Amino acid sequence: MKVHEYQAKELFGKFGVPVTLGKVATTVEKAVAIAKSFKGPVMVKAQIHAGGRGKGGGVKFCKTVADAKKAAKAILGMKLITHQTGPEGQTVNKVLIVPAGDIIEEFYLAALVDRATAKIAFVVSKEGGVEIEKVAEKTPHKISTILIDPVIGVQGYHVRKMATVLGLKDKAHKKQLYITVLGLYKLLVEKDASLLEINPLCITDKGLEALDGKVDFDDNALFRHPDIAKLRDVKEEEALEVEAAKYSLNYIKLDGVVGCMVNGAGLAMATMDVIKLYGSEPANFLDVGGGATPERVAAAFKILLKDKNVKAVLVNVFGGIVRCDRVAQGIVDAVKKNKIDLPIVVRFSGTNAEEGKAILENSDLTFEMADSLAEAAKKIVKSVKKGGK
Amino acid sequence: MSVLLNKKTRVIVQGITGKEGSFHAGQMIDYGTNVVGGVTPGKGGQKFRKLPVFNSVEEAVLKVKATASTIFVPPSLAADAIFEAVDAGITLIACISEGIPVMDMLRVKQYLKDKPEVVLVGPNCPGLLTPNEAKMGIMPGFIAKKGVIGVISRSGTLTYEAMDQLTKANLGQSTCIGIGGDPIIGTQFIDAVKIFEKDKNTKGLVVIGEIGGDNEEIAAAYIKKYYKKPVVGFIAGQTAPKGKRMGHAGAIISGGKGDAASKIAFMKKCGIKMVKSPSDIGEAMLKLIKK
Repeated sequence: MKVHEYQAKELFGKFGVPVTLGKVATTVEKAVAIAKSFKGPVMVKAQIHAGGRGKGGGVKFCKTVADAKKAAKAILGMKLITHQTGPEGQTVNKVLIVPAGDIIEEFYLAALVDRATAKIAFVVSKEGGVEIEKVAEKTPHKISTILIDPVIGVQGYHVRKMATVLGLKDKAHKKQLYITVLGLYKLLVEKDASLLEINPLCITDKGLEALDGKVDFDDNALFRHPDIAKLRDVKEEEALEVEAAKYSLNYIKLDGVVGCMVNGAGLAMATMDVIKLYGSEPANFLDVGGGATPERVAAAFKILLKDKNVKAVLVNVFGGIVRCDRVAQGIVDAVKKNKIDLPIVVRFSGTNAEEGKAILENSDLTFEMADSLAEAAKKIVKSVKKGGK
Repeated sequence: MSVLLNKKTRVIVQGITGKEGSFHAGQMIDYGTNVVGGVTPGKGGQKFRKLPVFNSVEEAVLKVKATASTIFVPPSLAADAIFEAVDAGITLIACISEGIPVMDMLRVKQYLKDKPEVVLVGPNCPGLLTPNEAKMGIMPGFIAKKGVIGVISRSGTLTYEAMDQLTKANLGQSTCIGIGGDPIIGTQFIDAVKIFEKDKNTKGLVVIGEIGGDNEEIAAAYIKKYYKKPVVGFIAGQTAPKGKRMGHAGAIISGGKGDAASKIAFMKKCGIKMVKSPSDIGEAMLKLIKK
């Protein structure tokens, strides 16, 4: 689960990380009032769950209150497009107004769980304030990773290493870095975060400070952090994905035209891949999971058809625990109820595959059947191309 | 021959009285697995199909000499269940539960570090299956056939896809290991490869990976150096967008790492026969074996 910058900063503050908090506004009037109260230059920052906001025009430095008003007007309600939002962008509902100080230097600091070593990794770079992905790609030597074994936690030598990477000389700055690293580590472990990112971590006239903040939480651990779960902002999430989650379906919207319904995450990904291999594009990722009851299948159909780009549907079920006949019944019900007239290709394999096929064939509806995933993909691509022209 | 699990392995099921646990314990028994009992705290003394239910794993180890455990407990309790099994002396654990917090698995991994005798498969996995002998977990037995190919996979249904094709190609499987779709798992690809390496009768491996992490690459580098038998590979998620979690908690391309294209390129370089579609796994292996 992602949270907004202002929420991340509040958490940073609680864990001792030096940060200037600022205030959030949802209207221009409120933004102006906040800017006035700070009595000096401010930053007006769009609050959306995506990075690259500055480049997209969602972050503005404002010298005067009038500037802040202009900025708030421009940013609130805008469709902010960044490299992380996708081409349709994300509507800005909130802005954060923070006092702006003089920045002397900008760094990058992040903490995350390292999968390969099962340790906590701190990622440090002198190249702050820019897209870290680009730094990683072009100048990987400028990024250092310091692994911390959870058995020992943050030690002095870890932070000394980071300070060397950042070229910190000032004793006060080094101490502030130690406090920052300690705070991030505690936040990560105690609140089950999966990623903490400060970009940029700055030296200002006041000292070392987190000028931005990003936190991702482990969804699987939210059950033990009701305080964190409350920070969720569903407006930032894809509406169809939120709805799918209600039925315990795993749905991710994509840009293609072939709607997919599959059991199992790996097979669902492979199905998307094979659709592409045969010349079309998947419209979604959809894993109906292990307990694919007729009700869930019907819900899955409803959700994937809400995407108006879908021109045909591919159902790929490998019945293990899931029985193909039950899935078949769900498909027939859903197609009848929602009066779906798109081409549907069904591939059943495994438990009760024959019974499932019989149900589809004996219904008064038209389905194309396939025996393998490759055959199913070929058939669906053919029908999409026919329909499209 | 097989690895890790055979018909003699003395298996218990943690969470045997739960909905999932009881259903799959039944399936495991029906498949021929030597299930010797189950554990549900507070339900000790009950019976499951004539088998004893214990309050603790320790009791199960003492009374029915269990050596392996399949875990079907809610994710919030799964780490506890794993720790309990390890402490009781269980040496093979398949944790099927999905949705365990990453931080819990971090602790599990640290705890297992100095216990090389313990093999943990999963979590968030279908478990293990040795055809005609035994299964721990949820793999459907009827698609398996006794044979010579080892299957290692991060995904459940893709494992079944591979098993089915190997069965139809008349190659069969020695043992199938579903290592799980979480970011932090017990047995990783490289560990599984090393396990199969010791089995003379396993004539080749199918390795099914996904986007996210670099587990596949680490194993591929090992295969290139040490594993001389044929290996067929597939990576799911070539069309997955960056930064989105594709169902499995571990299937995510983050920080420009873990994308399918780079994994496939690397695995190819290590001599693994990579197939573009999972439908080609069986045929590809057949070709390599015949050579």
